[in-house]
Amino acid sequence: MDKLKCECGHVNPEGTILCESCGKPIEGNQHIDGNDKTKLLNMRYDGTARRSQTYNRTIVDKIWNFFSSVKVGVMLIVIALIASGIGTIFPQEQFIPPEAENRDPAVFYEDWYGLIGKIYYQLGFHELYSSWWYMILIALIGISLVICSIDRFVPLYRALKIQQPKRHNSFLSRQRLYSNTAVVSKEEKETLVSRLKKQRYNIVNKDGNILAEKNRFSRWGPYVNHIGLIIILIAAILRMTPFFYLDEYVWVREGEQKVIPGTNNEYYIENKRFLLEVYEEDDERYKDAMERMGEQVHKNYQTDLIIYKTVGETVVGKEPELEKVTESSIQLNAPLKIDGYTLYQSGFQENEFSKMKFKLYETADEDQNSLGEITVDLTSPDETYELENGIKIQVSQYYPDYVLEDGEPRSVSKFPRNPAFVFNVFPPDEEKGEISFVGIGKNIDATGENKYKLGIVDFEMRYASGITVRQDYTLPFFILGAAIFMIGVIQGMYWQHRRIWINPQGEGILLAAHTNKNWFGLKKDIEKAIAGTNIQMVIDQEEEKEV
Amino acid sequence: MSDLTSISSTALYTAFIVYLIATVFFGATIKDKRTTDMSKKGIAGTIAITLTIIGFIAQLIYFFTRWAAGGHAPVSNMFEFVTFLGMSLVLAFIIIYFIYKLSVLGLFALPIAMLIIAYASMFPTEISPLVPSLQSHWLFIHVITVSLSQGVLAVSFVAGLIYLIKTIDQSVFSKKTFGLEFILFTLILMLGFVASSVTFNFLDYHAEIQYEEPNYEKFKDETRVNIKPEEIAVYNKPAIVGPKHGVMLTEDKMKPIIHIPEWMKGKDAATKLNTVIWSILSGTIIYGIIRLVIRKRIGAWVQPFLKNVRPNLVDEIMYRSVAIGFPLFTLGGLIFAAIWAQIAWDRFWGWDPKEVWALITWFFYAAFLHLRLSRGWHGEKSAWLAVIGFAIIMFNIIVVNLVLAGLHSYA
Ligand code: HEM
Repeated sequence: MDKLKCECGHVNPEGTILCESCGKPIEGNQHIDGNDKTKLLNMRYDGTARRSQTYNRTIVDKIWNFFSSVKVGVMLIVIALIASGIGTIFPQEQFIPPEAENRDPAVFYEDWYGLIGKIYYQLGFHELYSSWWYMILIALIGISLVICSIDRFVPLYRALKIQQPKRHNSFLSRQRLYSNTAVVSKEEKETLVSRLKKQRYNIVNKDGNILAEKNRFSRWGPYVNHIGLIIILIAAILRMTPFFYLDEYVWVREGEQKVIPGTNNEYYIENKRFLLEVYEEDDERYKDAMERMGEQVHKNYQTDLIIYKTVGETVVGKEPELEKVTESSIQLNAPLKIDGYTLYQSGFQENEFSKMKFKLYETADEDQNSLGEITVDLTSPDETYELENGIKIQVSQYYPDYVLEDGEPRSVSKFPRNPAFVFNVFPPDEEKGEISFVGIGKNIDATGENKYKLGIVDFEMRYASGITVRQDYTLPFFILGAAIFMIGVIQGMYWQHRRIWINPQGEGILLAAHTNKNWFGLKKDIEKAIAGTNIQMVIDQEEEKEV
Repeated sequence: MSDLTSISSTALYTAFIVYLIATVFFGATIKDKRTTDMSKKGIAGTIAITLTIIGFIAQLIYFFTRWAAGGHAPVSNMFEFVTFLGMSLVLAFIIIYFIYKLSVLGLFALPIAMLIIAYASMFPTEISPLVPSLQSHWLFIHVITVSLSQGVLAVSFVAGLIYLIKTIDQSVFSKKTFGLEFILFTLILMLGFVASSVTFNFLDYHAEIQYEEPNYEKFKDETRVNIKPEEIAVYNKPAIVGPKHGVMLTEDKMKPIIHIPEWMKGKDAATKLNTVIWSILSGTIIYGIIRLVIRKRIGAWVQPFLKNVRPNLVDEIMYRSVAIGFPLFTLGGLIFAAIWAQIAWDRFWGWDPKEVWALITWFFYAAFLHLRLSRGWHGEKSAWLAVIGFAIIMFNIIVVNLVLAGLHSYA
């Protein structure tokens, strides 16, 4: 029994539930859609033969059937949903708050959240969204989506193409909307048809049997949107490869010029100025809010920059020749694009010193009259500075970011945020120098016998801009996928496939109708079409059960 | 306060009152026996929907005058955003009303919209300046679309709630009656929040507690962050929970009874928990009083009023609103959100808690649609899902914003 021949003469593929042509329920297959237990027919895929419901012999069949079940699909979605939720209970690794004492995830979670935090960490929830099992879950959803769609699309497409206006009585009377009118005049029937036509139904008339159908395309909505989802999944996989995706970060200080990472030394960036603007305190519009918050509100983060490109061959060890490409500025929410790279204003660093000016004076001099001044470039201090009067000042230690830890001076970073120096001051023609320690608010004379003292007279501060460099060739795929998804979902949701069958029966007609959603709208269509005629309004057999 | 700002707040207040009156008229339609004939409408119904539209226009006035006053669309802090959600719910209801002409929907939708607006008004209402990350047209496009979609999805919640009240067997106590009662209780908790806030605002309650927390300075790659401790916690309600190491600054005000649990971190954790406790307390008291008066479950008490409601139509409305809201949510909550994130933070998706919960919401409604289409989950099952879906949305707005807060935090 491979093919099923219906009494209307149509030959159906194995596993068919309702004849593709006339809709008559095919004996022996009714349990598949549960029609044997209900009055109304299950019209889900028009009773077509689906592979998953028909074969279950080989391994391939079994895998196919597993993934083609919407139940499995929904289960996968629900698991993903719950897992995603758990992933937000505590912050993900990249969101560990800056005020944490220790930001090492191995320590942080237990430290802050106790045992539960430790378990959270050990189960890998701190990096859930890049964990292998989360990815497998998403991939399984993708597979399920593809198989499910194929399993249903092909037969449904076939059935809707083959369908005939003449339907078997048992098909019509087991539709949700159904009526049987004993006597209907020819004119009334014509009115009905012409009114349906006016409502933009396509009419197929075969020997007086009429099928009025509209918006069949909306049936393909889900398949279209699933294609969109697949494209998005593929794009997400592509994005994991460096070929399609580049992500770099660079700090550039004001006045500094640096190569843009990830561009193969082709591009350079110069930070002309970083601008941090705040709202004025007496801004009429926001005064109240700012008063309540009691702090300044930032208004703008901006870097004015110049982009250079190298010209000619770059030779190792030789300064490259640079050509200015553009002079522009970037802001948060307004990145700059050059040649496929996008530069974002991502961060900034305040309170960095760029230069410091010291003066030398005699310890005994109460007026602190200057004997000479030196200016130290804090990015790269000279080894020694010589004053006009012959005094030499040697930089014997430099702590750009000074702290005192366990009694030991140390620099916690290489950036001049809290610079401190150990100077060695050599009076003219002296072999031995005087050691003094100078930092912000500190001026220590180790021996207590120093003749000279150094004091800070002036300094310059500057900002550093944090700039993200991105190159993302997967974006067009994401955009394409999202667009297709939207088209599909709107196509399936904002239009509905409606069919009305009108088959003559004796002197009257049988009227039946089906839609995949919005029954209310379909009923209104029919009401409008039969208004003023003798034709019985269809009865909602689903609603009848209620009362 | 400028003229525009005062016009704006008056308009919002007006809208609230008009919705209240409209609700009363929707209540009067309940006895109408319009079971089949859709075209015949009672006078009460006409007045009710007209008032609703007037209220909505008042709220539009609030929205646009505030926009003019502040120089940016008023969807940038918790007050503005949640108010807009209430407005979206009303708009969605008006649209659905004109398709289905079901008055009872208004009887439930308007009070919920009012509850949402009242809830919103408990947050600071001053017009706030936009920090750099929020200065993008995409912010407005994104928030407005999301909010509209959530308004439509809220209608599905309203329909689901009506369906459940109408159909659940109230003659015996069961899991279902408990579940339904729990939903109603949750709504009353929101009322409790509003009631307790209004009361203590009225009493001008003010207490301060000094924190004694260490001052951290830590380094991550090159970034140094200097976090000032939250020096003083300001309580607008009597302090039941206090910070671990706190010193009472205000004399003769209630001292905290308990300390905040160790694992609760973050800014203002203690005051937030305190607010939650007060909401639960007052919500429970209100619920208790209602139960004392009506002497049965609220669900059982409301049920007879829904005698003329046809469950099938309510079910259809519920599904239809999800069908309309889902694509909108996809567009606003995921696609526009991604575009904005790409421009502002150089990545369109970052697994920020807010983003994850948008994804969860989206997955959830996708599951709703699949279960309905392929597994025949109609009627009651669908109604439960519609309610849960809205709970997820509210969770995203309330809990995620105030507790799990990420980049998008408005609070
Ligand atoms: C586990 C994987 C999935 C499977 C097996 C699956 C399967 C299906 C099936 C069989 C349909 C019905 C098609 C029809 O009857 O014509 C459908 C519809 C749909 N699917 Fe999926 N799907 C999956 C994942 C998703 C996801 C992740 C989304 C988006 C969030 C989605 C969105 C939709 C939508 C919007 C519809 C239309 C529903 C309606 O018209 O009411 N699907 N899906």
